[in-house]
Amino acid sequence: MLKKPAPIARFAPHRIILALISAAVVGYMIYFLRWDWLADYSDKIWIGLWRTVWLLALSVLFGFLLALPLGLAQANGPKPLAIMANSFCTVIRGTPLLLQLWLIYYGLGSIFPTIPSIRQSELWPYLRQAWPYALFTLSISFAAYEAEIMRGAFAGVPKGELEAARAIGMSRWQCFRRILLPRAFYRALPTLGGEVVLQMKATPLVATITMIDIYAVFSKVRQDTFITYEPLLFLALIYIVLAALLTLVFKHIENRNPVH
Amino acid sequence: MQLIADISTSLSLLAFSPPGWGGALLKGLLSSLQIALGGYGLGLLIGIAGACGKLYGNAVCRDLLGCYTTAVRAVPELVLILLLYYAGSDLVNQVLHWLSYPPIDINGLVAGIFVIGIVQGAYSTEVIRGAMSAIPVGHIEAAFACGMRPWQVLKRIILPEMLVHALPGLSNLWLIATKDTALLAVVGFTELTLITKQAAGGTKHHMLFYCAAGLLYLSVTLISNWGIKKLDNHLRHTKAST
Amino acid sequence: MTIKKIAAIAGSLLALSTGMVQAQAVKIGIGAEPYPPFSSADAAGNWNGWEIDIMGAICEEAKLECKITPVAWDGLIAALNGNKIDVIMASLSITQERSKQIDFTQKYYSTPSVIVGDKSLTMDATPASLEGKILGVQMGSIHRSYALKHFKGVELKEYQTQDEANQDLVAGRIDATQADSLPMSDFVASSDGGCCEIKGEVAPDVEVFGPGIGAGVRKSQPELTEKLNAAIKAIRANGKYDEISKRYFDFDIYGG
Repeated sequence: MLKKPAPIARFAPHRIILALISAAVVGYMIYFLRWDWLADYSDKIWIGLWRTVWLLALSVLFGFLLALPLGLAQANGPKPLAIMANSFCTVIRGTPLLLQLWLIYYGLGSIFPTIPSIRQSELWPYLRQAWPYALFTLSISFAAYEAEIMRGAFAGVPKGELEAARAIGMSRWQCFRRILLPRAFYRALPTLGGEVVLQMKATPLVATITMIDIYAVFSKVRQDTFITYEPLLFLALIYIVLAALLTLVFKHIENRNPVH
Repeated sequence: MQLIADISTSLSLLAFSPPGWGGALLKGLLSSLQIALGGYGLGLLIGIAGACGKLYGNAVCRDLLGCYTTAVRAVPELVLILLLYYAGSDLVNQVLHWLSYPPIDINGLVAGIFVIGIVQGAYSTEVIRGAMSAIPVGHIEAAFACGMRPWQVLKRIILPEMLVHALPGLSNLWLIATKDTALLAVVGFTELTLITKQAAGGTKHHMLFYCAAGLLYLSVTLISNWGIKKLDNHLRHTKAST
Repeated sequence: MTIKKIAAIAGSLLALSTGMVQAQAVKIGIGAEPYPPFSSADAAGNWNGWEIDIMGAICEEAKLECKITPVAWDGLIAALNGNKIDVIMASLSITQERSKQIDFTQKYYSTPSVIVGDKSLTMDATPASLEGKILGVQMGSIHRSYALKHFKGVELKEYQTQDEANQDLVAGRIDATQADSLPMSDFVASSDGGCCEIKGEVAPDVEVFGPGIGAGVRKSQPELTEKLNAAIKAIRANGKYDEISKRYFDFDIYGG
């Protein structure tokens, strides 16, 4: 009872039984639950999925770029900058993302009518849509969580390496680009995959500000067909597959990690 | 002058007694905290049971727990909340019906706690499992050698020793629990975020109410951080002195 | 053994926490959103409005102990069939599609469907004038079904609550919204709705709109439907209905 659990063989007998049971459950679901709506909505599902994926990719990219200065300021920056970066992260991490989304979308929306020039501006066609607000809020949120990790990663780069680089005549920028950034990046890489999966789990919130991502498509299915559970189960399956793919991709990147 | 008048009417909307919404916001905060506490507690129980199962259980138990933690950690909380919120009470009542008990009334609060608890359980299983496997096997063996029962070993050795390792992960989960309660607004449960939305919609002072609610959530986080720090110091201190 | 014990304790705690209270009060589901003048929460957390008052009268007449339970409007039917609530009284129109899922009582009021748009835009409630415009509708509403069926060249934007659609109308993110005429008259008369005006009633379509607004009940409880029907008839006959309606409207809300 005390020993560390022995690894379970991939095809242990109980696993085959479990697999058979789950196959039976899936079979039951396919036969006895309603799936006729799937064909009608397949186009919309693909569009929704595509929106979710690009929203995730762009918010991770922008968030990560923003996390670099935020993390660096907290790790190596001058005190006032460090405090500012730290308070920014605390505020974002200390409040629910849903509230932030509504603040940005409906809060700003309530300010627009008071400034008539906004409606005349060239940005207005974009500001009318939901995705800029969604992308902005999700990026900020990802930046705040990732900055915490980058702070640790920057702080963990050995001082000796930086001093050596300075000694051979590298400029500050070269130091950052050639030593600090790659070292910190690979230190942060193992947690990045997990953070991206967490970010993926946050994306359906954008449906509450009228963006039609994959979650919103399935909300429509539920509204149109009055079927509650089947669309939700199918949606859960899509997210599980997405999470599995993301995990695989990051494992692959991590294994190619040249530093360690 | 106009500005000052604007600010004072805005602030009067936050007054504690109606027609100010301050009291309603605090009530919402209270129900958010209730759900967070309940859900976190339930999550801890599931986590301890799950971690024991993953470490000491048989192969079937470990595989089933693996499915639970993997699935919950891959599916967005919002989807899980919808699934559990609508299906959860239905399921409980069907089981009761099957056992020929009368149906029970599961109110929003209990459903909310249940939902947050199931989600939290998956994460705390992993946190606690990690912390438990950091306990030297010798300690547990020694406890059994002294003639302790398994339940005593869990209570006296495993849980206290585990807590030191698990504290960072568990305190992070608490912060997540307080924020996840906001998602219940989407199913129409009256907690802080939904009341904020109703107040904002009713009074048309969106910025004011969203910022006020943000401050409330933030203060919960800051107070929690302070408490966690105290607890951490305390645990480290007691550990060092033993 | 340890695991079994923990599981047992966890199980019993779970059982305790679900509060083994037997269902007694009839839970009336309403939309968890401000929907004046029918239902909206005040700062003290009390719900009031015409529909809430009528609900009180119906429950009193039917001798039911009723409990107001706010639920997300787009989840009302799921909540009813999932036993989270027992009756829906949330301005839910009686339609053929919904009648496949739940039973309805007779109607207790009716309201036409209108288009509300920005004052600076010229449009009426016809498909031609709305072409190319962005129209906001509430998820799962009859207005959405209507717009999908009749307004082909319109970009639809869907909101969880009508209140959100109204906000985006004020913010200029949508050109118009289609909704029940009574709450929208309230909205355009408010200081917030100054931007906008009622552009017109949409052409009727009984197939989409149905005969009016009724209370939703689970199909397994026909006796509750009967009880509510009798109560609605009774308050219509004894003047209670008119007395309440006069406090809110200066016309007959029941309709023909």
